[in-house]
Amino acid sequence: MTKEQLLEKLTAIVKPYVQNEEGFKNLNEETDFINDLEINSANLVDIILDVEDEFDIEIDNDSMENMLTVKATIQIIQNKMNA
Amino acid sequence: MKTKKIISLLPYQKPFLFVDKISEISENGVSGIYTYQKDAYFYKGHFKGNPITPGVILTETMAQIGVVCFGIYLLKEKISSENKLQIALTSHQVDFFLPVLPNEKVTVVSEKVYFRFNKLKCKVKMMNLKNELVCRGEISGMIITKDNE
Repeated sequence: MTKEQLLEKLTAIVKPYVQNEEGFKNLNEETDFINDLEINSANLVDIILDVEDEFDIEIDNDSMENMLTVKATIQIIQNKMNA
Repeated sequence: MKTKKIISLLPYQKPFLFVDKISEISENGVSGIYTYQKDAYFYKGHFKGNPITPGVILTETMAQIGVVCFGIYLLKEKISSENKLQIALTSHQVDFFLPVLPNEKVTVVSEKVYFRFNKLKCKVKMMNLKNELVCRGEISGMIITKDNE
């Protein structure tokens, strides 16, 4: 899976939980889920669970704590998929 | 963990404690009961001259029994006098089917959907004494223990 495909899938997962539409329009690798998209911590958990299902991977607590930006999330997904 | 101990760890008190007893509790779910006292403060205003238990109070009862008592049980090893419980309701979606009148006793039954990354999500329903469905829905909360420095 290319990074672009991955980003596309991640964008679709994140969409229902976004509170800041402006932030979502400008979504890029630097986007921070909490600060730019105003997603709360409970919905961040839903995103992680959706990521697990979509990519068939398991996210542990340490990885979860780092999954605060698009960039970090893509990196973690790639690492897990290649593991 | 004894069920009385769980109730004692709840961060609520009168007039906002809506748990009388936990009937069953396990890693998968919980059931408990509560009787709405006929002199409860909200009956004075909901409704004028026609006391009916407000839906938000039914939802709160489902959350206290179905998510918070359950969460305390799931976190039992981590709770101590140094590690206090911190909770927050994060979402709920509830459908209501029947009214609950003053003095009615209800049973709440909750099943775990998941408990991951400190978020507990449950399917919760409430039944009256005739075992009729009063309301049902999904309730989620964040539940963690924190050092009291």
